[in-house]
Amino acid sequence: MKRLNWNFLMSRYPAFFPLILLVLSIAINLFLQPNMFALDTLNGNMRVFLPLILVAVGQAIVLLGGGIDISVGGIVAIVNTILATRVGLDGTPEKMWQFVILSLLVGVLAGSINGFFIAYLRLQPIITTYATSFLYGGFALFILPNPGGGIPAKVAELYRSTTPLGLPLAFYVIAILLGFWLYVSSTRYGKFLFAVGGKAEAAYETAVPVTTIQFSTYVISGFMAALAGIAITMLSGSGNAEIGNAITLNSITAVVIGGNAMSGGVGGVAGPIMGAITLNLIQNIISFAHIDTWWETLVKATIIVVALATPGVINLFQRRRS
Amino acid sequence: MKRFYIAPPIAALILAVVLFLLSGLLPNGFGSDMAVARAQALNILRLSVFLGVIAAGQTLVIISGFEGIDLSAGSIVTLTAIFTYVTVKGEDEKVLIALLGALLIGAFIGFLNGAGITFLKISPFVMTLGMSGVVTGAIIIANHGNVSGKIAPIMTRLIARPLSPSFPIPNALIIWLVFGVLMWLLLERTTFGKNLFAIGVNRVTAKLSGVNVTGMNLAAYSLAGALAGFGGFLVVGNTGVVMIQLGQPFLFPSIAAVAVGGTLLSGGKGSYWGTMAGAIVLTLITSLLTTMQMPDSVRRMVLGATLLVLISIYGRQQSLRQ
Repeated sequence: MKRLNWNFLMSRYPAFFPLILLVLSIAINLFLQPNMFALDTLNGNMRVFLPLILVAVGQAIVLLGGGIDISVGGIVAIVNTILATRVGLDGTPEKMWQFVILSLLVGVLAGSINGFFIAYLRLQPIITTYATSFLYGGFALFILPNPGGGIPAKVAELYRSTTPLGLPLAFYVIAILLGFWLYVSSTRYGKFLFAVGGKAEAAYETAVPVTTIQFSTYVISGFMAALAGIAITMLSGSGNAEIGNAITLNSITAVVIGGNAMSGGVGGVAGPIMGAITLNLIQNIISFAHIDTWWETLVKATIIVVALATPGVINLFQRRRS
Repeated sequence: MKRFYIAPPIAALILAVVLFLLSGLLPNGFGSDMAVARAQALNILRLSVFLGVIAAGQTLVIISGFEGIDLSAGSIVTLTAIFTYVTVKGEDEKVLIALLGALLIGAFIGFLNGAGITFLKISPFVMTLGMSGVVTGAIIIANHGNVSGKIAPIMTRLIARPLSPSFPIPNALIIWLVFGVLMWLLLERTTFGKNLFAIGVNRVTAKLSGVNVTGMNLAAYSLAGALAGFGGFLVVGNTGVVMIQLGQPFLFPSIAAVAVGGTLLSGGKGSYWGTMAGAIVLTLITSLLTTMQMPDSVRRMVLGATLLVLISIYGRQQSLRQ
């Protein structure tokens, strides 16, 4: 029988280490905040975590396909500013839903622009999405130069305090995402995605539609960023063109903490979701632990580096022993 | 069939000259006043020096391949700028010690990056991103909100002032030219340079041909850190003041400068001349946009669109069919 060792676990289940991290951060959080699992607290946390989870899933798909998307923050900002300026505090729920649909279309369009330049014109992903991040961020600032605007309180409340069957709304969203991924990864599309991310040239030679797959990953990422923009708007209830700034690099960190390879072709979606939750929990832990404000940035960054380094350190020791 | 081909550095330079000449036709441009035109051109070149030097380290790690990138460059610039500021305290004798210290601090942070990437197998993007957070955190603690110091007169004389009143070439530009020649020697005329390109093209073949891949990787990141430290020294010599966000605005432009200069972000191909030309083009565009009367939002969108056009011209990767 094959011994269940660390290397085997790590390579077979990329989400194994993120799971340990998640359990660990939940345990520490629970220690610092004993009522963490009370419905109100849980929902209060999860509704804040959801936007990053959504962006991280989109980012995970792009990274799996061998690309990177640093324009997601810009897309989040565009959606936020559109909703906050066009619906308004006194808008009707019907108007809100119309603009939610429009926002999703905007996200798909923004993702298609990225995908067109990267997949069809074959530009380099980092620099292309860096350029479009100016395009999208600038456009968001154009729509709403100063923070303001809003959405109807009734709609915002729907996002903030819907808890079907006594569980936070975010749990259902995560369940849908996981279910969808489980289905997609078993289809031909899922296999193509891993093939393109693993080695695009080899995939091309075995008749995988590389260009279409690469294009689609950016469209998915744009769509997920738009969803996150909708969630973040319903959470904050107002508009701010700079709202997406922090989410881009956080989403990439979340995906990598989630066990996916930056080079593509390795990982899944469950890991990044856990990574996003862990990242948010670390933030919570730091604010609950009453760390001196001056030290917050250093402590947070160190925890993240240690979390990233741990699998590598364990591998080093494994290799030395064998 | 031989395709019409211009080397990327030349193309970027031609573009810069054309853009600059066109900018003379703008409402508040230099028009037909040659003295103003020359002064403006020299000023833009002088400003490009800082981005250019910071992008030098970026060029090295990007050429070294394996998704090489240095996202900690911005925070190293801030740290070494503050270090120089505090160490020099307005005294000319301490300038050399400060410069040496800045280089060593940069090299040390770069070495940590390299160690994490080589030994712990953390991808460069997240390793340097995490390091950037750690360095920023350290700066916040060391500073505690205020720093007291002063740059030395000799730094202002050597960096910010022109050579002599009758020969108004900025000293910084001369430093940059010498620096450029040294970088060219390093990349094209040394074993280090040859090995750097070799590991950028293919790590396995490089290793099999006797290149010490681990050592090269560590050296590339350490050197990149040291060069960012040199950048920090130059930046503070020019501005004369420090702030916590001094270096960050240089980070992504330094990657863009490398890409615009025709260096492949996938590694193994590129030159420092290209990066220099890229730095000039980027500084030129941002300077022109700043002088134009337009809202920040439009400025960002124009910058994004210009970048897209620039990389569409010669930032394209090889087609899959080839």
